[in-house]
Amino acid sequence: MNPPLPQEKTDGPIHEKTDAPMPIKPGERDRSLAAEVRSRSGTNFNCCFQCRSCGNGCPFIQAMDYPPNVLLRMLQYGMDREVLESKTIWVCAGCHTCSSQCPMAIDLAGVMNTLRIMAMERGAAVAKPNILKFHEEVLGSLRRYGRAHKLGIMWRYKLRTRRWFSDMDTGLKMLAKRKLELIPSRVKAIKEIEDLFQRYGRNGK
Amino acid sequence: MSGRQELDFSYFPGCSMATTAAESNASLMKAAKIVGLNLEELEDWNCCGSSSAQTMCADLGLAMAARNLSLAPRGRPLVAMCPRCLHYLRSVQARLKNDPETRRDLEERWGRFIPLDLEIIHFLEVLVRYAPERLKQNVKRSLKGLKFVPYYGCTVFRPPGLAREKYYQGEMENVLSILGAEPIIGAYTHRCCGSFLSATDPELVTPLVNEIVDSAVLAEAHCLVTACAMCQLNLEIRCDSRVKLPVFHFSEVLALALGAEDYEGWFARHLVDPRPLLKELALVA
Repeated sequence: MNPPLPQEKTDGPIHEKTDAPMPIKPGERDRSLAAEVRSRSGTNFNCCFQCRSCGNGCPFIQAMDYPPNVLLRMLQYGMDREVLESKTIWVCAGCHTCSSQCPMAIDLAGVMNTLRIMAMERGAAVAKPNILKFHEEVLGSLRRYGRAHKLGIMWRYKLRTRRWFSDMDTGLKMLAKRKLELIPSRVKAIKEIEDLFQRYGRNGK
Repeated sequence: MSGRQELDFSYFPGCSMATTAAESNASLMKAAKIVGLNLEELEDWNCCGSSSAQTMCADLGLAMAARNLSLAPRGRPLVAMCPRCLHYLRSVQARLKNDPETRRDLEERWGRFIPLDLEIIHFLEVLVRYAPERLKQNVKRSLKGLKFVPYYGCTVFRPPGLAREKYYQGEMENVLSILGAEPIIGAYTHRCCGSFLSATDPELVTPLVNEIVDSAVLAEAHCLVTACAMCQLNLEIRCDSRVKLPVFHFSEVLALALGAEDYEGWFARHLVDPRPLLKELALVA
């Protein structure tokens, strides 16, 4: 059975952007994205029978626009843009609860990881820009120090998202308990790290 | 196994243990020393790669983990305490076994060998495998009366790529029961703590963390004990329930039972002060 898409989405920004009318007719769209995701994630999700165990177990489902099983079905239907521009792929924290609950042993978290990377490669609109910014700041810290320097990451993240006052008490409490180190600890052979970023990083970034 | 002989391990602390959870690192070192486990910190380690590195670019994450493996001295297992680091290092090692090209490329780059037979194990596993007798011999403070929820979060058992590897379950319960504490299992023990969403979307994580802590309160536990430093932090900073429970790092409770005296510095760093509870149970003065 094809599960219904969430009702409130019909007037959402995702559907304004797509030219195809609803409902989707399977078979009419290019479905090469699904094949690519299958090969890059090493996960065959075609055995999904829409039992919804993944969504029922997911701790973060309420912050997603589509449950994981619906996202798989959309992928199979060739709804590339909706999939790559979904919140779901960014909200997934990779806890693997879904992957271990799936009766067909589909590694959904692995699929989300692949989709996130492909969304960036293809320049898809990012539905959760704050999460992307956070990841970018962590990467920046890794590039500079080889390790995650949390105070620096949060400082720059706040600077970029301009959410200075939200959550300030938590930050202050952590500072007071000296949980946020002022001076970052740094890998000595930082050239080896820089070298890895040049070679494997996103556009050498 | 003789009680006095030191056992040598390489040790990978990881970013959390080295900074926000320094108290976990300190207590871990202390406990290991008492039971004669020599944890030698991996020289010049870097982030394991499981963080945003693998989230954003898979190859970069893999290479960062591989660099850590290349730094490990031969002939001794590599021990991690952070479950995420552990699993990521393990799964990268498994992937490099099937990808000789990438491995050779990285090895030439660094002029170092990447050991594919290096044993990578969790500290809990070390205790259960090598040291149960040593634990019994070294109990200085019985944890009798301490009711704890063993909180593993999401990562101790999960990644499917490692599904065929050996599985250890219930290690925190096993070890802390040896030391006299009482595990409470009727609470959320494997629900994700929120991971990085705690930084980006705190309003989403708070209700989830509250559910975890509330379930421990309902089960009449005194505290939660975590296997993961990030879980410990998230459970502490994101809980705004009326009743808050102390959240210990596993290593803190372990070191305490083994007679460590330098606990003040560790507990002072907690956002929910565990000292009143420990005083009530006469575990600390």
